[in-house]
Amino acid sequence: MTKMGEGQGTSSTGSAPPGQLSRQRLLHLYRVMATIRRFEEVACQLLVDGKIPATLHASIGQEAVAAGVCEALEPADLIVTNHRGHGHCIAKGVDLKAMMAELMGKASGTNRGRGGSMHIADPAQGILGANGIVGGGIPIAVGAAYACRARESGQIVVCFFGDGAANEGGCHEAMNLASLWELPILFVCENNQYAEMTPQRVHTRVKDLSVRAGAYDMPGASVDGNDVVAVYAAVEAAVRRARAGGGPMLIECKTFRVRGHFEGDPQRYKTAEEVARWKEKDPLTLLKTSLTGPGGIPAGELEAIQQEIESAVREAVAFAEAAPLPSPDEVLTHVYAGA
Amino acid sequence: MSVMTYREALNMALREEMQRDPRVFLIGEEIGVYDGAYKVTQGLLKEFGERRVVDTPICESGFTGLAVGAAMVGLRPVVEMMTFNFAILALDQIVNSAAKMYYMSGGQYNVPMVIRGPGGPAHQLAAQHSQSMEVYFYHVPGLKVVRPSTPPDAKGLLKSAIRDDNPVIFIEAETLYGIKGEVPDDPEFTIPLGKAEIRREGTDVTVFAYMGMLYRALEAAEELAKAGVSCEVVDPRTLRPMDIETMIGSVRKTHRAVVVEAGAGFAGMGSEIAAFVTENAFDDLDAPVERVTGANAPMPYAKNLEQAKTPSKEKIIAAIRRVCHA
Ligand SMILES: Cc1ncc(C[n+]2csc(CCOP(=O)(O)OP(=O)(O)O)c2C)c(N)n1
Ligand SMILES: [Mg+2]
Repeated sequence: MTKMGEGQGTSSTGSAPPGQLSRQRLLHLYRVMATIRRFEEVACQLLVDGKIPATLHASIGQEAVAAGVCEALEPADLIVTNHRGHGHCIAKGVDLKAMMAELMGKASGTNRGRGGSMHIADPAQGILGANGIVGGGIPIAVGAAYACRARESGQIVVCFFGDGAANEGGCHEAMNLASLWELPILFVCENNQYAEMTPQRVHTRVKDLSVRAGAYDMPGASVDGNDVVAVYAAVEAAVRRARAGGGPMLIECKTFRVRGHFEGDPQRYKTAEEVARWKEKDPLTLLKTSLTGPGGIPAGELEAIQQEIESAVREAVAFAEAAPLPSPDEVLTHVYAGA
Repeated sequence: MSVMTYREALNMALREEMQRDPRVFLIGEEIGVYDGAYKVTQGLLKEFGERRVVDTPICESGFTGLAVGAAMVGLRPVVEMMTFNFAILALDQIVNSAAKMYYMSGGQYNVPMVIRGPGGPAHQLAAQHSQSMEVYFYHVPGLKVVRPSTPPDAKGLLKSAIRDDNPVIFIEAETLYGIKGEVPDDPEFTIPLGKAEIRREGTDVTVFAYMGMLYRALEAAEELAKAGVSCEVVDPRTLRPMDIETMIGSVRKTHRAVVVEAGAGFAGMGSEIAAFVTENAFDDLDAPVERVTGANAPMPYAKNLEQAKTPSKEKIIAAIRRVCHA
């Protein structure tokens, strides 16, 4: 926990007591985060090589949010994500092969080549879909939570959205509805400091976006989004509360978008100072350091995980490259259900 | 005359109108400090300051409604939609406020504003970011809708849009920003809204097309000329009000008409053009009006599906041959 919102209803969840997560789970988190990192690094290179078309929004540097949040969820729980959603999908269990094939517009992709990077959807993993319209997913997530409660399914919904999306009208409508009807949803605002090229302080008056929770009379908290254990701890408590019928919560994860808004963005608007400052806080390095510190595991163990990730991502690329294109005769397929 | 890009021509129009009329101001996402997502507003913040080039948070409905209010109280806002896909979030303010205010208030409040930005199909951006947006607007009484296909049109029509006393939807094209053409330097150069332009003269068939499809239709016409088919290519430029006189005049000459549009065909621009050609020039027609349109599906992501969704030169040529029995 780095910063607390001061708004009414804002509460402290405190940082996780050390050891709350077993070493095994920490290693699992490392694996998830390192997979996201490697998947996106490779995807970015494939874009440069012309194998993936523009546009690609990478979440490199934000892996602790995706991993920490999804670690607190059950497989049946649902997520709604945005244009920067590869990490959320990987943490929720999407098949790397199918997602890579989708990025290449192949028939074996998660969306059968119809959607691409901004629209990854995978019902089997509880991924209701990425939405390319900023803020577009937030009311949808509230609707999913409404259905979960109506069906008494015990599922909860996590809605990932950015600091920029927090200023869309739909976000406010959705949060009021969720709080009014005490729906089982968690709003996870991934504050990566920028909405496109605009720094957060320029687009939003409040410093901690979590203070807005008070306006809807739900709890809010701001956590260090680069500390996977802190993210997990905050979300785990909120999930327990929501599952018990306690209603929604807004958790702001403060993190940093290391790469450009889109791949190829020259990023002249970032300062060298902030880039250096956040580099120190790289979530993967932080976790690695704490795992391999005194009394920790040998570095070789992480090396081995890294090797496994490398082959999994390479396999995904090979699968995607070999996968067939959709049939051009099927351009009208999936316009209407039941047709 | 200077040779410049379509983007530069838009920039010139904005600059000149801001110099001419202190009531004109720009508002939108990333238009100031960043000079615009597509650099159309380059240099304008520096020249006119932050009261007249206003960067906003991401809130299309909010800043569009704000522009309506500002227009009612004496300013002349030019709203940039980073892309027109996002204007859907502002559709209520555009349709229910901007378009109807003058009528609802019994002619007391008019709304002189422009909403501009890129729209139309782009490359592999998929369903939410690659769509022909004009159809959402030209149905609405009270709105004017412009689709400028060339650099001089970009300048001349944008200036007229800003000077117009009504809300004008001005949809540019991401795929045309880099094209070059001769543009008049004269700050009083304007092109009136509601005037079509004959891009290529011909005698056998009239082909209506705008934006990217205009260029595809011109290529088709070039190819058909070699086969002895003479196409007249007409660019409506303003979709509402539409220059029915010029458009019908061309059909009366050629006796045949084909409409090409990038968007889905159902209730598209082609439907409207086919209807008024039939109403106004039925006796002059030697063949039914043909429409060559995008497939009635959202835009898919995969490149080959995208191509299947979009009207190709081959499809345009085939339609022209059908109506000409050639
Ligand atoms: C309604 C809408 N407006 C504008 C855009 C263009 N756009 C795409 S991402 C983005 C910035 C979003 O910022 P944020 O919510 O902070 O997410 P981040 O990109 O930082 O992950 C913008 C303006 C869009 N896709 N949808
Ligand atoms: Mg952001």
